[in-house]
Amino acid sequence: MNSFSMRPDVDPPPPESRLIEDLTRSLPWYRQGFTYGMTAIAFGFTALALLPLLAILFTILRQGIAGLKWQIFTQPVVEGGFANAIQGTLLMVGLASLVSIPLGILTAIYLSEFGKNSAIANIVRFILNILTGVPSIVVGVFAYGVIVFHGVNWFGNPILAKGFSALAGGFALAIIMLPLVTLATEEALKLVPLPQRLASAALGANDFQTTFRVVIAAALPAITTGVLLAIARAGGETAPLIFTALFSQNWIEGLMSPTPSLSVFIYNAYNFPDQLQMVWTASLVLVSMVLLLGLVSRLVTRNRLNTR
Amino acid sequence: MIDPSQPVPNIVASTAMTLPDLREGEGLESQTFFSWDQAFRWLVLGISLATAGVLFWLGGVIFQQALPAIRQFGWAFLWNQDWDVGNLTFGALPYLYGTLVSSGIALLIALPVGLAVALITSENFLPGWVRSPLAFVVELIAAIPSVVVGLWGILVMVPWLQPLQLGLHAHLGGLPIFGTEPFGSSMLAAGIILAIMILPAIAAISREVLIAIPPDLRSASMSLGATRWETIFRVLLPAGTSGIIGAAMLALGRALGETMAVTMVIGNSDLLSVSILDPGNTIPAILANQFPEALDDIHIGALMYLGLILFALTFAVNVAAVLMIRVLGFKRDG
Repeated sequence: MNSFSMRPDVDPPPPESRLIEDLTRSLPWYRQGFTYGMTAIAFGFTALALLPLLAILFTILRQGIAGLKWQIFTQPVVEGGFANAIQGTLLMVGLASLVSIPLGILTAIYLSEFGKNSAIANIVRFILNILTGVPSIVVGVFAYGVIVFHGVNWFGNPILAKGFSALAGGFALAIIMLPLVTLATEEALKLVPLPQRLASAALGANDFQTTFRVVIAAALPAITTGVLLAIARAGGETAPLIFTALFSQNWIEGLMSPTPSLSVFIYNAYNFPDQLQMVWTASLVLVSMVLLLGLVSRLVTRNRLNTR
Repeated sequence: MIDPSQPVPNIVASTAMTLPDLREGEGLESQTFFSWDQAFRWLVLGISLATAGVLFWLGGVIFQQALPAIRQFGWAFLWNQDWDVGNLTFGALPYLYGTLVSSGIALLIALPVGLAVALITSENFLPGWVRSPLAFVVELIAAIPSVVVGLWGILVMVPWLQPLQLGLHAHLGGLPIFGTEPFGSSMLAAGIILAIMILPAIAAISREVLIAIPPDLRSASMSLGATRWETIFRVLLPAGTSGIIGAAMLALGRALGETMAVTMVIGNSDLLSVSILDPGNTIPAILANQFPEALDDIHIGALMYLGLILFALTFAVNVAAVLMIRVLGFKRDG
């Protein structure tokens, strides 16, 4: 009580009984109502956000499982399976990985090891961030313009024929994967502590040795996670493939002919009632592949979840 | 993380042989006429410049291919309504309008829901062991291929939505935006499916923004007697505004370019309509529909022109979003 009386211009303190009453009184109804109301709304919205995911997974599982037969994985679309579509997806994602993973990792090495905060590195990083935001359909338009429309010429000599092809599809997927692989790898490399690099350098290793034998070796699990997520993303893409790889009812004839894929199969066939069962089953297979890759990538770097 | 028995001894072994040269007072560089180290540095620099160059290559190719259409139609392309492949007259307005409106609807729905998810998974409403898995499950929807989301959208969601659309028309039919009778596929359905697809981005980035706000601000507000939600509305959300706007813009960029799910539920009608219960069309949707069959050079040019408009639109939105999130230091790398 004495501390209050040291300030003469403040009203004399209320008697102790009123002070206790003030402090223990519950909140006015509108403040309490606001708290409970907003909490209810927030939980309701969160439930609403989970609803589509559960509905999608449930529907695919229920509708798709009936069509799971062995011939689906052995016959092409003309003979009542979609093995050629799975083959095409794997082929084009493989082509894309072949280009984008090495380029992405080398770019990430520059950004994290040599460029760091230099102007060039910052600009490259910024451009990569923008590149991840380019819609996949625009990447498809780009691949169409580069390969499908004219073909590729080198000083007047055609090196790639024009037309729809697995190569055009793989090219589009590579452009989509490149910034994803790069940014994920850079994040992974930055997690390697500086003392490890210094220790390596102190032992006489040059930059090349330090980078590959120490930094990359240490970051490998996290890089794998990023690469697997990029592969999963590319495997599910449809928009860049519709008019670059097109589709084919039969087995793949080569890198330079129209090539089927699981996602384009779903898009092409969902309007035909007699194909609907196959479409649901194809969705089940595609989603399983993508989620499995995601799960594996989580397992590779388990402790990442805990550090967040 | 690394197996100490593997790489390190190799380095020691390989460098030990060059050590005597150091004692003679010469640098390691002078030993080799051609330095692998320097070559490696130049290689990674060159490759990163090439990687960044892809963006300019992409813009350049699309612009070059769109040039015939740009020359023929000029700026009028943007507000022309006719898209007639037979007569080779092309205008972008219905598609531009559809792209902007469907994305706008999506943002209107996804922003409050995404913020709610971000708050639930970052504040202490729930015990910690529930929050992270919950955030992970919400993000999982971003992993589902958009063509599958679209398949679910047209075969499951649109029939579900039809009673709601009929109700909106019956009770609020006086408003022009609900003024036509719904038939299933509609601009509203496209907006909702887009909201579902951009929700994870808004929730995840907003969550990071909220987590990055210093706990002192929370404690200070609560010690002054503010309730949890008073703290959220008067302290946390104002502190995170710029980051949340950045998240919303990033999501907007994604919504503008989303193709498959929208193509499947929007109904692909080329007629411009104020009512969001009417079918519509978007730039990505018409690109997906017409590119596989486009034969005339000027038709392909017009489609390229649409692609260029979409590229410019998403480019601007993404640049703004990246700058917004980066300037505020809310990115993970700070």
